[in-house]
Amino acid sequence: MADEIKLTLSRYNPDKDGEYTTQTYTIPYHNDWSILDALNHIKAELDGSISYRWSCRMAVCGSCGMMVNGTPRLTCSTYLNEFYPGEISLEPLANFPVVRDLVVDISDFMAKLTSIKPWIIRKNKKDEVDVSSEYLQTPAQMTVYRQQSLCINCTLCYAACPVYGLHPEFIGPAVIALGYRYNNDSRDEGKEERRKVLANEAGVWKCTVVGDCTEVCPKHVDPSAAIQRTKVDSAISWFFSKLTGRGE
Amino acid sequence: MSLIKRINALEPLWWSLFGLGGTMAAFLFPVHIFIQGVAIPLGWVSSELLHYERLVVFLHSPIVKIYLFLLIVPPLFHAAHRIRLTLEDLRIEWLDRVLPLLCYGGAILLTIMTLIVLL
Repeated sequence: MADEIKLTLSRYNPDKDGEYTTQTYTIPYHNDWSILDALNHIKAELDGSISYRWSCRMAVCGSCGMMVNGTPRLTCSTYLNEFYPGEISLEPLANFPVVRDLVVDISDFMAKLTSIKPWIIRKNKKDEVDVSSEYLQTPAQMTVYRQQSLCINCTLCYAACPVYGLHPEFIGPAVIALGYRYNNDSRDEGKEERRKVLANEAGVWKCTVVGDCTEVCPKHVDPSAAIQRTKVDSAISWFFSKLTGRGE
Repeated sequence: MSLIKRINALEPLWWSLFGLGGTMAAFLFPVHIFIQGVAIPLGWVSSELLHYERLVVFLHSPIVKIYLFLLIVPPLFHAAHRIRLTLEDLRIEWLDRVLPLLCYGGAILLTIMTLIVLL
């Protein structure tokens, strides 16, 4: 008999019974299968009723994140061979409301993402629509923010962050990392606008430097470092505003 | 604004002291642990270095006083901030209401005691 591996999936269907249950599937083991391949096998061959999100299969779209044996991972780049001959448990991403089975509702994240204005802001608004002029950037200037620009919005860092779990108002690792990315872009002039979102109690000051965001990030964005660097910046502007008597 | 809210509004100050204290502790503590905890007991460095009369004269120098202040005080605030954040995650409501006061108040009290001893 061919080798087999067991996957236990969280099941939840609000239209049926609304109960959280689990279901175990035994599937053939392939050394080169990702967990997403296994889920697609289950969906196609064993149980068409399971729900999960996926798209690109190459860690670019950021939609297939799940709790794999309790840790947030992208299932397209997590392989069965890491766990075989052990079993695998799959749960929806922690800290988010569950829509169905392994699908979570990330609208809270999407609202926070927009609030940080993750695009290049110019003081002269004409610059943003005028595409005829060039905004040159040296490789050194790009290096400053490149790491944080690699974020794919997969929300694994939100599932890993205990602070976000305890305080849902926290704007969270990826959003702060993106704020850092645009603030440190030499073409951007929107630092003041973003400060209102970054430098307050629901912003960088909520972070307690757990560092799990950086641990789980599949693109090595290092949100924790971005948060701590933004804290330095926010603290300097706070001291400055206290000294000069200007409002923050 | 309640006292606790006022304390929390100073978060950038607490965090800056936390950062300064962490840096001081990381750079200076190992040196002291090595000299006083390893090198002298093992006889690599003469224990005459810690002789009372010698130290008393040494401690009267203003530079040494500033050094000791920086060695002792910022790490107090580092500890206060870290203890506060760790205990806050336990979400004990009555504790949350007094915690900032206990932690930073304790650090300020110990700072005053340090100044009394040094000056």
